[in-house]
Amino acid sequence: MERYLIIGNGVAAAGCIEGIRSTDKTGHITVVSRENYPVYCRPLISYYLEGKTELDRMMYRGKDFYREMSCDVIYGKSVVKLDEKEHRAHLSDGSVIEYTKACLATGSVPFLPPMQGIEKVKEKFSFMTIDDMLSVEKAVGPESKVLIIGAGLIGLKCAEGIAGRAGKITVCDLAGRILSSILDDESAEIVKKHIENQGIEFLLGDTAERFDAEKAYMKSGKTVDFDVLITAVGVRADTVLLRDTAAKTVRGVLVDSHMKTDAQDIYAAGDCTESYDVSSGQNKVMALLPSAYMEGKCAGVNMAGKEQTLDGEIPMNSIGFFGLHIMTAGTYCTENDGGSVITVRYENGLRKFFLKDGYLSGYIFVGEVERAGIFTSLIRKREPLSEVDFELLKKNSDYSGFSSENRRKIFGGVV
Amino acid sequence: MKRVYVNEEWCLGCHLCEYNCAFANSGEVNMVKALKGKKISPRISVCDKDNIHFAVSCRHCEDAICVKSCIAGALHYENSVVVIDKTKCVGCLTCVLVCPYGAVTESDSGVATKCELCTTNFRGTPACVEGCPNKAIVFEER
Repeated sequence: MERYLIIGNGVAAAGCIEGIRSTDKTGHITVVSRENYPVYCRPLISYYLEGKTELDRMMYRGKDFYREMSCDVIYGKSVVKLDEKEHRAHLSDGSVIEYTKACLATGSVPFLPPMQGIEKVKEKFSFMTIDDMLSVEKAVGPESKVLIIGAGLIGLKCAEGIAGRAGKITVCDLAGRILSSILDDESAEIVKKHIENQGIEFLLGDTAERFDAEKAYMKSGKTVDFDVLITAVGVRADTVLLRDTAAKTVRGVLVDSHMKTDAQDIYAAGDCTESYDVSSGQNKVMALLPSAYMEGKCAGVNMAGKEQTLDGEIPMNSIGFFGLHIMTAGTYCTENDGGSVITVRYENGLRKFFLKDGYLSGYIFVGEVERAGIFTSLIRKREPLSEVDFELLKKNSDYSGFSSENRRKIFGGVV
Repeated sequence: MKRVYVNEEWCLGCHLCEYNCAFANSGEVNMVKALKGKKISPRISVCDKDNIHFAVSCRHCEDAICVKSCIAGALHYENSVVVIDKTKCVGCLTCVLVCPYGAVTESDSGVATKCELCTTNFRGTPACVEGCPNKAIVFEER
């Protein structure tokens, strides 16, 4: 009988469990969970602070999930060493688990560059986990002055989450624009203005160089007084366990289309991996919840001995701030990369389409996001634009831009 | 499994399915009270292109990308029908980002909404199908 070990208990782990059980109903599954919670929806921690969800509603699966899946979960412990040859995992409490197949689903860990004096700051938090969320909830009150380092997805969702709780929020980022990983200058400016209108202040192209207990000295010479510091500079794939194995790691663990690493009987899924981005033809750490689930499930199915491949992954995001929705997907090929950009501007936002070699390579939508999935699908499936009426599609963003034959297949058949 | 299928050759473009859908999901017993003077948010939408009309609603995919992508664990299957647990949905619209058919929309309350084949509104059979005057929308096994 197989003995499956899943290291990590996030959405990739849930996918892995469901993948294994879709094929193998009896093999033994052990999940090692660093955190003391059943699998939960990590991106919802900002929605909790905003008052849009509660702890029990944040759980990813029903309360009987592990029992229904016949899984053992070890909470509050971590794997500290993997012995690839012996197929043994050593846990933080000294115990040892023997496995036949393992899946690394450790996700990512916050990355913090060295900053002088940061040890003097008492109230400082990352914003990655339920425990972070509960700490921030406790620390932030109506009088709080909060400094958030990092105007990326995590930093800005945190800002939105605490906007109704904190007295003052300042967000700084070394980059010259907000959400620099998913937006271009023009779209970032629209979103920035919208967030500023909510009373949040930005210091862009600037970062904290050193700290006193409640004061940040910025690179620009400015100072920021704060009583709560949130660090959201970036994350790094948590791959340390594979260091002494045959698995190859660049920014994340390299896996094949079956989510198998180069280490014997070790698979990997979720934010700790690199995946092939079909929109750019390059490997990337996707760090996206949908990818985590799909990779986990694919890993699980293969671990259980059935073959399944994963393809068609692309970077994509749907994120909103104070009612303004943003959707982005793919790669932004501009004229500099031999592509072309079509921009449609609206009163409350824009749609930018990035085209290259007869394909849609990416898009940025701000405000106008209806039916964006039709475009996401064109990118993911690498549909040649010659197959659609792109002018019409751009205008209506519906299936009138597709051929009648295509529509008959989709809306008259089983998909 | 029985699904809603459309035949664009038969669709008149009358948009009645949209009204029937909005009524069926309004919780009201009177159609006038449910719809008159209100902006409707149906879960089926008729696209028009010259003389061609066709209705689009959720395909209830067998391995639905919206279910796999839901960041709140709100989208799930109930007897092969893709449904949304509205108490869990936070309105991030990742489902709108990934649905290849454009069949998920944002509701007035900010959460996502989509066709649930009238299984969750105590109607039993899809209202869009029942009310289609030209039988361009059917509910059947294929």
